[in-house]
Formats: sequence, C-alpha cells, structure tokens
Amino acid sequence: MVVGSPALRLVVFFSPLFHLTSKMPSAVEFRKVSKRFGAVAANVDVSLSIASGSIHGLVGENGAGKSTLMSILYGYYTADSGEILINGKLEKLRSSEDAIRLGIGMVHQHFMLVENMSVLDNVILGAEGGFRLRAHRQQAETKIREICQRYNLDLDPHALIQDLAVGAQQRVEILKQIYRSANILILDEPTAVLTVQETASLFEVLHLFKEQGKTIIVITHKLQEIMAVTDNVTVMRAGRMVDTVATSSTNKEALANMMVGRPIEGVLPRQPWKPGQAVMKVTDVQLKNRQNVTLLENINFEIRAGEIVAIAGVSGNGQSELMEILSGMRVPSSGKMQFLGQELPKTRSNDADGLPAKFRALGIAHVAEDRLRDAVVKDFSVMHNTILGYQQSAPRKFGLLDFTAIKTRCKQLLEEFDVRPRDPDLRIALLSGGNQQKVVLAREIAAKPKLMLVGQPTRGVDIGTIESIHTQLLAMRDSGVAILLVSVELEEVRALADRILVMSGGRITGELSANEFDATRIGLMMGAAHHV
Amino acid sequence: MSDVLPRWMTAIVLPILNLLSALLVAGLVIYLLGESPTESLGILINSAVLQSEGLGYTLFYASTFIFTGLSVAIAMQAGLFNIGSEGQMYIGGLGLTWMVLAFDSSLPGWLVIVLAIIAAMTFGAAWAFIPAYLQAKRGSHIVVTTIMFNFIAASLMNYIIVAFLIPQGQQNTASRLFAESAWLPKLTSYFPVLGNSPLNISFILAIIALVIYGLTLHRTAWGFQLRAAGLNKHAAHFAGVSISKTIIIAMLISGALAGVASVNTILGSTHYLNLNFPAGAGFIGIAIALMGRQHPVGILLSSLLFGALIQGGLDLSMEKSNIPPETFIFIQGLIILFCGAMENLYAPALLKLYQSFGKKG
Repeated sequence: MVVGSPALRLVVFFSPLFHLTSKMPSAVEFRKVSKRFGAVAANVDVSLSIASGSIHGLVGENGAGKSTLMSILYGYYTADSGEILINGKLEKLRSSEDAIRLGIGMVHQHFMLVENMSVLDNVILGAEGGFRLRAHRQQAETKIREICQRYNLDLDPHALIQDLAVGAQQRVEILKQIYRSANILILDEPTAVLTVQETASLFEVLHLFKEQGKTIIVITHKLQEIMAVTDNVTVMRAGRMVDTVATSSTNKEALANMMVGRPIEGVLPRQPWKPGQAVMKVTDVQLKNRQNVTLLENINFEIRAGEIVAIAGVSGNGQSELMEILSGMRVPSSGKMQFLGQELPKTRSNDADGLPAKFRALGIAHVAEDRLRDAVVKDFSVMHNTILGYQQSAPRKFGLLDFTAIKTRCKQLLEEFDVRPRDPDLRIALLSGGNQQKVVLAREIAAKPKLMLVGQPTRGVDIGTIESIHTQLLAMRDSGVAILLVSVELEEVRALADRILVMSGGRITGELSANEFDATRIGLMMGAAHHV
Repeated sequence: MSDVLPRWMTAIVLPILNLLSALLVAGLVIYLLGESPTESLGILINSAVLQSEGLGYTLFYASTFIFTGLSVAIAMQAGLFNIGSEGQMYIGGLGLTWMVLAFDSSLPGWLVIVLAIIAAMTFGAAWAFIPAYLQAKRGSHIVVTTIMFNFIAASLMNYIIVAFLIPQGQQNTASRLFAESAWLPKLTSYFPVLGNSPLNISFILAIIALVIYGLTLHRTAWGFQLRAAGLNKHAAHFAGVSISKTIIIAMLISGALAGVASVNTILGSTHYLNLNFPAGAGFIGIAIALMGRQHPVGILLSSLLFGALIQGGLDLSMEKSNIPPETFIFIQGLIILFCGAMENLYAPALLKLYQSFGKKG
C-alpha cells in the first residue's frame, strides 16, 4: 500500500546503509527487566533490543506483558529489577516526564485528550512554553500546520477534539508526540479504530517517521499489520519474551503459533445459512441528539432468526447509537422498530429510563460494546455481575435474593465459559479483560435470548479467547438466535457474518453477503461519508 | 495475594488505625490544655460506658445517630451525597409535633405515637423530595440543594415556632409540652439499672431499621439496583434501572430516616419541639455513614462511638475545668478528618506491610 511512495523507495534503496551503521547503539535496550504485581508476574527477565531507526512490532496475547513493558519504558511503572538503556546509556525512568525528556512518546490505545479543547490546545498542553500563552500559541500553530503538512496529517488546529472522528483524534495524539520531538514513538494498538484506508495512511506516517531516523514500537495483535509494516518483531507470552525475529524471515502463522503456544484454527465450522422469520425489523429510524445533530439517518434493515448480521464500520459512525436504540438504552427520534412482528414497548415519558428492562424481558440480550462503562459494575463481585440486568428474575427465597442459588449458578457459568479464576466472590475489576468479557457473554447467553446484540465482543480480548467467543456466537446462531454484531475488526466480520452492513456517517452505506466479502470494497463503503 | 487489601483490613484495621490517630491528636491537645490525656480518657470511658446511667445516655444519643447515619448511608449507596439530613430531621420534627399537638388530647397514646412517627417520616421525606426531584430531572447537584435546604429549614422552623407554636405567655422558643400519654415508653422502666437516662424504645426501632436497611440493600433486587446505580450509572441504565426513579426513592427513604431521627429526641426525651433541636445530629450522620462504610454493623458501631463521645465529653468538661464542652466537637472533627477525609491515609503502608508478610509467609 505504501510501497508506491517515492520517498519510501529511497529508504529501501539506501537501507543497506542502515546495516552499515548498525554499530550504533540500540534506541532502547531492556536487560533482564522483571515486574510483578502482587502474585502476578507481568514481566519476567525480559531482554530485548530495539534498533534505532526501525519499526519494531510487539505482539502477544492480552496479559502477555506488552503493555506493562511499554509502561515501564514510559515511566509509568518502575521495574522491580533489570536495566533499561536508551540510546546506549543506562537510564532511570521514574516518571513519564523522564521518558518525555529522553524523547520517548506514547500514543495510548485510549486517547489522552481533553475533549472540549481544540487540537492546538491539546498539543501544547503540558508544553505551553512560558507564561504568555497567546504568543506561544501563535508559534505553536505555525509549527503544527507545518508538521501536519509534512506528515500529511490533515487536521484543523482549531477543531475541538469532541468534533473529530476517532481516526483524527489519533492523528492528534501522533501530532502531539511529533511536536514534542519524540524520537522513540510507542503506539499501543494504533489501528484498532481505523479503516483500511486510514490504517494505510497511518503506516505512511510511520514510514516517514522512520525515514527521519526515528524509532517506532508498535504494540498490536493484528499479525497482518506486523507483517506489513515492521522490520523486526518480538513475541511475548505470559510475561516472557518468546523470540525476536526479523519480520522478513517469518510469517503470520508462525507468529500466531508463537503467541498462543499452539496452532490456531483458521475457519470455524458453521451450519449453512438458513434464516428463519424476521426477529427485528427496523424501518426509517432516525436519531438526533440534543443539539439537533443527526446521528442516525434512514436506517432500514432486518435480522432474521439463525443469522448473524454484522455491521462493519469505523467506530463512531453510528453503530454504538444503533445498538443503544435496539437495546432500549436510547430512544430514536423517529422510525419504527418491530420485534417478532410487534412494535417495541415505550416508557410512559417516552424516554429510555428503565426501557432496557422491558426490551430484555422480551428476549433481547445485549453484550455492550463499552464493557467497563455499560456491561459490568466494576466494584461488584463476579457473582453480582452475573445477575446484572436480570436482577428481577434472579432466584429468590422468602422474597429475598437467594445468593446460595445465584452463586451455584455463577460457578456453573464460570466453569462452562472457562472464566479464570473461578471465584464468584472476586471483584470483577480484578479479572483480565478477556475474562470479564466471558462473564458478560455467559450472562447474556444464559438468558436464552431471541435476539442477541453484540458490540465489539473481542475488543481487548486475547486470541485464544477470541476463538472461544466466536464459537459460542456461532453455536447460538446455529440454534436459531438472531445476532446483530457490531465490529470494527474486519477479520471478525469475515469470521462470523452471514450478511454484512456497512455504516458510515450514521447511514448504512452498503450491504454485502458473506461470500462477497472484500476488505477493500468494505473499506471504501466505510469511508463513504467519512473524511480519510 | 494481590494489589488490594483484604476486606477485613479495610473494614476493621484501617478504621481502628484512623480512630487511634484521631484520639492521639485529641490527647495531645488535652495535654496542651494542661490536663492528663490518660486520666481524661479514663473519665470519658467511665462516664460513657462503665457507669450504667452513662451507658443509657450513650445509647440514647446513639439511637438518633443510627437514624441520621442510615439516612446519609442509603443516599450514599445510591451515589448521592445527602448533606441535608439535618434539615430533613428538623422538618420531620415539625410533622411529628404537629400531629401530637393535634391529637394528644383526643386519641389514645399509642395511636398518637404511631401517627407522629408516620408524620415525621412523611415530612422528612417531603423535604428531601424537592432536592431529589431537582437532581433526577434537572441535574441540580444534590450537595448544593440539600445544603441550601438546611438553611431554609432552619429559617422556616424559626418562623413557625415563633409565630405558631410558642404557647401564649411563654418566652421559651418551644412548643407546649406533649400530653404524657404520647411520650415514648422508656427502656429504663424495663431496665432500671440504666438509671435516669432518657433511653427509650427508639433504640429498638433503630436496631430494627439497621436490619431492614441491611436486608434491603444486600438481599433484594431493588437494593441491588440502588447500589448498581450508585456505583455505575451507565451499567445501571443498561441493566434496566430507572436512574431518576432510583434517585428519588433513595432520597425519599433518606429523608424519612432523617425525619424519624427526631422521634428519639422529641417524643422520647424533651416531649416538646424546641428551636434547633437536631443540634448537628444530621451532620454527625455524615461522619457515621462514612466511618461505618454504609454497612449496618459499621453504622451501629460508629453511632455508639459518637454517642459515647458526646456523653463522655460532656462529663469530662464538667469535671475538668480546663477542658471546655466544645472539646467534643473538636474530637468529632478529628474523627471525621481521619476516618472520612483521610480514610486511606494508612492504606499504602498497610498494603506494603501485608505484602511483605505474604512474601515471607
């Protein structure tokens, strides 16, 4: 995709030069770094060297210790033992200030931006450069415009963050790091929220970065991207470094096997597509927010029993709002929604207050996309979370909740869905993301719904678990449940969908059947009303 | 072993450490006032716990505090900081008095008492309803509105007592004395050992309220919903909980509990309504709810502690001329500071200690 750029060809042409200069010290070198959190060994004797001026991939399942290692590099955590060398010099990183001073920049998976401030203000935040803000802002603006042009970032310095698409917000994060003249850039799952096209342009930026002798570390679980963009790749598993190899000498399958420690199946078995009756029929649904901005427009589709309809699209294009409407968490401004031929109920005041309970009682289950915000109460135990949403139908004794029965049922669910650890009394916040998601899925599947709304079921979930979640969803489909899946992962859409709807700018911009799957075509539909 | 303290540590060891720190500072101040801290502590304990009549007073004060503590706690569990228990208790007292004054000469005593308790709850709940409605439907912050409602309650009561309740020819800013039939039965008539203390059946009502509170919150679907709403509004909404309804009902209960706190003071002890009768009990309720971590046992224990401090503190100031009666308020402030505002002061150190023991063991 980026091979076409002349600048890049130049780099490729001169790349032997880099080998000649390989005597120069590594940008980053970890020596036997270990870090424990209580009983959990997050990093064990990790030794790793990252060549200056290279793009280095860091892959591993969730909880493999990638993020911990990078947090140590960025000064968030202090290693229990071991040494870190930056550009050949032994450094003590006590805080992120130290890291920034040493030219290390980090783009987090969850952006660290102030929503109601402009791009400009976000970039200079923390680097205001003196008491008089106004003069500095003018200089900063010039510099930002120059950077944007050089790296093809397409950002308006005066736009507010809250008005920007997720892809643009990420560009602001990168801009921030370039502005602070970072030489070592860490990117945590950078493409999780991007379209195919946006991903390509991100990679172009990364190559420009590398061209200037800067070093990039990419944490990702998308092996395809590792293969496309990195020079070297390190695989981590269970806190240890498995291996570091040159990307050109490996392939996706080999990396995946190293990550998981066992070979993974590519295609999951499924019954042929035999859709039954229409379970949910959506007609002309429209949604406006309080500022009268249209969030959803002209939404028409139906989901039938025994099929998985996937909505592909860059996050923030109306998918979340659509899921909220279908689960009763939000009320559409206009339009009709029929569930098994019946109009969906409303509340007396025609708002969404308490509406999800009514929808759930009809047989609509919802695996909410933002797990920690909507799907679980972090401070509740695992057991309490298994009745969240179903508290009114939970087992009772003498009118009081029967926690003996609830716990027994919870233990069964934990066993059945392989949640680790199998402790019903543990606060759910202490579980890993993948295990939290298993608890949520267990709860919703156990409710035996007729329609299952699934938002980003494998976000922040490791590969081994992804497979088991996909298997569960396919089993539900085969048993005749209608499933609506929202996913930004095209791989996931490909693996699960019978039909694919593409959303962009609050509209459905395309529909394909599973056998028409074409990532480029979907990518174009995703970008239909979206500036890339 | 993990990154968090085990529950018994946060629930027991931390509060005790915090309490000891508060008492240590209090002891230091008493020393600076020229008195012996150990002797003072002895007097305090003796008067509040060891002497049976003193114990009666301690339990009497605690009865009020259990109700105000529960009032603050239930709102807190729903994620609402109700600063207004003081005002709700004050207005609750008005409802109670109004009912008794109207019927104490015509209806049988037990009926008047029941009606008075219902009136106290209704008035307290009604006073809490306005801030609750404003929070639920208009987003006005409950902390601000309930503080304001305390002031409004104080002024309103000032006016009502002076304009309507003072009997003719009286100077005292209080209502007339209730007929004896409408006085709450004293517990001292069943336990004469408690001496002449005003301890009455409110204490038993308070214990019942604690049990109902615990069961409702932890064993009913409704309590589950309330706690979910308090911890994560989004997840509660997802779970089908009506947030605005939860806010309003939690505040109505909170107000009713604050209102019923007036029963102990008015119907159980003074037998008339006087100016400023809550005397800060509503605010102490905040400290109790924080210190007791909104757990029924915690609320009971901290209510007893504050009851003992008032009783012991008063006696202490009478015996030691260097120690003013305000000392109690000072100690109370220290306890709120250490147990509320700085409740996690020792948590990091304790965690380190706990982990190092874990490693060795």
